[in-house]
Amino acid sequence: MTEWETVIGLEVHCELATATKLFCGCRNAFGDEPNTNVCPVCLGLPGSLPVLNRGAVELAMRLGLALGCEVRPSLFHRKNYFYPDMPKDYQISQYDQPVNVDGVVELADGARIGVERAHLEEDTGKSSHVGGGGRIHEADHSLVDYNRAGVPLVEIVSRPDLRSSEQAKAYVNELRAVLLATGASDARMEEGSMRVDANISVRPVGSSVLGTRCEVKNLNSTRSLARAVDYEARRQIELLSAGEQVLQQTRHWDEADGRTSPLRSKEEAFDYRYFPEPDLVPLSPEPAWQAAVGEALPLLPAARRRRLAAATGAGAASVAMVVERGLDDLVLAALEAGGDPGRLMVHAEHDLAGATGALDATAFAGLTSMEAGGALTATQAKAVLAELVATGGDPEAVAGALGYEALPGEVLAGAVDAAIAANPAAWDRFLAGDAKVAGFFVGQVMKATAGKADGKAVTALLRQRAAS
Amino acid sequence: MAERITTADVVHVAALARLELSADELELFTGQLAAVLDHAADVEALELSEVVPTAHPLPLVNVLRDDVVHRSLDRHEVLDAAPSVEGHRFRVPPVLGEPS
Ligand SMILES: [Zn+2]
Repeated sequence: MTEWETVIGLEVHCELATATKLFCGCRNAFGDEPNTNVCPVCLGLPGSLPVLNRGAVELAMRLGLALGCEVRPSLFHRKNYFYPDMPKDYQISQYDQPVNVDGVVELADGARIGVERAHLEEDTGKSSHVGGGGRIHEADHSLVDYNRAGVPLVEIVSRPDLRSSEQAKAYVNELRAVLLATGASDARMEEGSMRVDANISVRPVGSSVLGTRCEVKNLNSTRSLARAVDYEARRQIELLSAGEQVLQQTRHWDEADGRTSPLRSKEEAFDYRYFPEPDLVPLSPEPAWQAAVGEALPLLPAARRRRLAAATGAGAASVAMVVERGLDDLVLAALEAGGDPGRLMVHAEHDLAGATGALDATAFAGLTSMEAGGALTATQAKAVLAELVATGGDPEAVAGALGYEALPGEVLAGAVDAAIAANPAAWDRFLAGDAKVAGFFVGQVMKATAGKADGKAVTALLRQRAAS
Repeated sequence: MAERITTADVVHVAALARLELSADELELFTGQLAAVLDHAADVEALELSEVVPTAHPLPLVNVLRDDVVHRSLDRHEVLDAAPSVEGHRFRVPPVLGEPS
């Protein structure tokens, strides 16, 4: 039986976080009253002329450089089509000479996904379909709000380097993290400021030829993306296994049905007749501008993961989680202040999911030192940490206030010896190698010390006594 | 010489541009468009391998404006100019199912 491989390439559209639109000074804002951010340029009124927004170019370059793209001299083209969401009857986009080419997105597991291009274009207006239950085919008429028409977008086109729904999801999450880190976009899929289309094909494992692909639209979350990839791959494998062919087509994801279906051929009978936009001159960001943008880039997620892994020695999954939560700076500062790397990462991964509140690096470091030194049990440390997050303060003082006074070593040792003396039969079983009895002794010592003993310290003492 | 452009091409382009052309117009424009393409062919025939393509007739790059908000138009004024309005939005005929 043939084994199949799924091949995915993603086209991600992101609205840039500028103050104004790409070619006019209308506000770029989500959720304003309909048709309040419109002017002759974005309404396509005769005689109006577009002027390119420096801020949008800068954000596009920032993203491009963050993705390791080459920033190149570029041109704008008109993409012609009749659709009421674009009042000019064309969309200004970049065609064969985009601003950013040849980048890469590095995933948390180290996989490197190629980025073919990341170009500038303008967004369309927003149509709502009235009648026919909001379905586009049966709509009675449509209502258009042009606030979004002309909002700057970058379209980031990946190479067909993705191999699974999980990886596609990871790519979108990583791209989102880069967009947020660079401040290029707020990248909210639910508000439509980040939109994903997926090109999906399958081929026999080992083949280097790409299969016929389908482009799937209407993916409104990473969950939809993953479901649509799995569905579409299954559909194509079933077709090919039955000796049929996959037709190259654009398909619509239906979240409720969990299926894709072909868009009517009329909708994809596009013939965009691209030609150079005569009203815009070429864009050619000078090297000094590019250098300034590059130098102002923050440390990006992949670099932050490498930095944290090197400093703590933690595994890839923990490191990715802590960076995703934005806790890596805190962990590194606490490490600098003498904290215990292992305990810092455990708390950052498991106990600081919400906010870090009043916790500062010094207190965090102190807490993990106490824990590593045996002055606090893991459970106690968690409680102290919660208190440090809620109200701040010094970990030793907080531990004291919670009654977690460190048990003096000789008191603990005395309690262990007393428990051994009081339970000779159990001790014999421990000596005979019955490890389960350790739990019994820990319980006895806990009882004797009113719960202040550290289970690990008790076990260590038991082993020590057994060996001597 | 092969025809540069056929009536069928002009019909296709006219449909894309939503233009309704009469048979006379089709013939007229097919001839005119062929003349334009002939001119392009004349230019193409020249030895131009050393000439850098012209991206734009103006010798300019990077004409940019600052990212500063300007006043938009008054919504009433804008919507007053629309043939049909509903809920402060432009009301347009159904997008699909348009007559072909
Ligand atoms: Zn405008």
